[in-house]
Amino acid sequence: MHIAPLGDAAVVITVGAEVNEHTHRLVGAIHERLERAPVAGQIECVPAFASVVVHYDPARVARTHPRGLPSDIVTAAIERMIADIRERPVRARRTVEIPVCYGGQFGPDLDEVARAHDLAPAQVVEEHASGEYIVYMIGFLPGFPYLGGLSPRLATPRRDTPRAIVPAGSVGIGGSQTGVYPLDSPGGWHIIGRTPLALFSPHRQPPALLQADDAVRFRPISVEELERLRADAE
Amino acid sequence: MSIRVEQPGMLTTVQDLGRHGLQAQGVPVGGAMDTVAHRIANVLIGNDEAAATLEITLLGPSLTFASDVVIALGGADLGARAGSVELSPWRPAYVPAGTRLGFTGSRAGCRAYLAIAGGIDVPAVLGSRSTFLRGSFGGFRGRALERGDELPVGEPSALARRIGERLRGHSASVAVAHWSASPLIRPSCSSRAVVHLLSDAHTSHLTEAAREHLFGSEYRIASASDRMGFRLDGPPLELVAPVDLLSEGVAFGTVQLPPGGVPIVLMADRQTTGGYPRIGCVATVDLPLVAQLRPGDRLRFRPISLHEAQAMYLDRERDLAQARIGVALAHP
Repeated sequence: MHIAPLGDAAVVITVGAEVNEHTHRLVGAIHERLERAPVAGQIECVPAFASVVVHYDPARVARTHPRGLPSDIVTAAIERMIADIRERPVRARRTVEIPVCYGGQFGPDLDEVARAHDLAPAQVVEEHASGEYIVYMIGFLPGFPYLGGLSPRLATPRRDTPRAIVPAGSVGIGGSQTGVYPLDSPGGWHIIGRTPLALFSPHRQPPALLQADDAVRFRPISVEELERLRADAE
Repeated sequence: MSIRVEQPGMLTTVQDLGRHGLQAQGVPVGGAMDTVAHRIANVLIGNDEAAATLEITLLGPSLTFASDVVIALGGADLGARAGSVELSPWRPAYVPAGTRLGFTGSRAGCRAYLAIAGGIDVPAVLGSRSTFLRGSFGGFRGRALERGDELPVGEPSALARRIGERLRGHSASVAVAHWSASPLIRPSCSSRAVVHLLSDAHTSHLTEAAREHLFGSEYRIASASDRMGFRLDGPPLELVAPVDLLSEGVAFGTVQLPPGGVPIVLMADRQTTGGYPRIGCVATVDLPLVAQLRPGDRLRFRPISLHEAQAMYLDRERDLAQARIGVALAHP
């Protein structure tokens, strides 16, 4: 594990070099501990696959530690705080089920993904919906989940030409990742379906539907059910 | 008290000092691009530094005030006029009800901050009044201002009222203060900025030639630059060997190097995490300089140590604190 400056108002704690359960649980443990007991001057922590960035205010650090470089002080404080850290124990994950209407007008790229893998569209749906996914981190866009667990049989390189707008709720495949767009956004992923669920809502507490370490399952639904779920939400 | 938008200008948004504590939910910090100009404008009129202002980009709006107000501008000089009276940045002014505030065009810099006593009183969303355009939330209805918008203004502080009374005196017309923010604390606006750059994770992975370009060339701010990031046109940069990175947190001022070799400086609305190599980070004290660059303006990087960068940051915070105290003492 090692801590390095990120500019002059943050440090990055690097926990590993690859994505795996152990690293993920270590990141989770560090994030939890620093949230519970922030170091002097800490503003917030941003956990990712194998790192945690700690943003701080050097002026606040200097108020409580007038001598010494704020970056050194923060680094030393974090080191003390996580010296005995161990990966977070395995515990029951919260499972979030995401209803998805696959194909048709909501999945304009489903056929293409099927063709690319010599599968029928229904097989792509079956394979995608039977996967068990873990949220490794939230980033890129508000509420956007980086999911682990996409079957290698469905990995499809990003589109040559990204779309100017991918509607919020779109479920896609990009390279070896799958995820859901929480907002209307430009995007280069292959869109295979749409969920009526709001992955992000600024007026909800917490605003992001998914959190790091959630388990995610996709459940195929019909167009009628999608419309009904949308209407219920309004 | 409200402000009516007669013309919206090029891109005018409500901003404050951003949303903190939500990056783990993927919510960008956002807020004023030039935080120092925003803060000084507020300090000059007795507002809390975090009070919401209008961030005005290049071509300013035309606004009318429903009641008498005290205002101050910070940042770029965009040719502001209250009625027929010229308003330069860094100097508070009393503006009577019904006056129209307009802007004739940029003389220097890109972004001006209009602070109004009481602050822009739109509802806070996720703890901030900043506008997140991409997500369509925060600020005034999650968007840039449009013609016909009416912006609510909060209650001025007691200090703001005293400043206003002193300025107004017995006048019924626009009255500009004869005091202003010290030149020592005002960030400058230049179309050719020299910006201090800290080393980052992949600075040492740059080729020798790339390192020379990074610190020896003048980069041009590309037109495809916005509140999320500035693209720098200039000699493309190369790493000694490609690196495959996991997405990780980034900072305001992080300089990324995507595969094409065109560096990007991450700005206020940057995403919370990124997967491109990081070849440097702009020192926080120089972020206002960058924020004032217009497309076509030039930028040069100069290395700085972490020690120097943090010393400069602490000095600036001390100066700003003194300015705050100074304004209060001058209006007992």
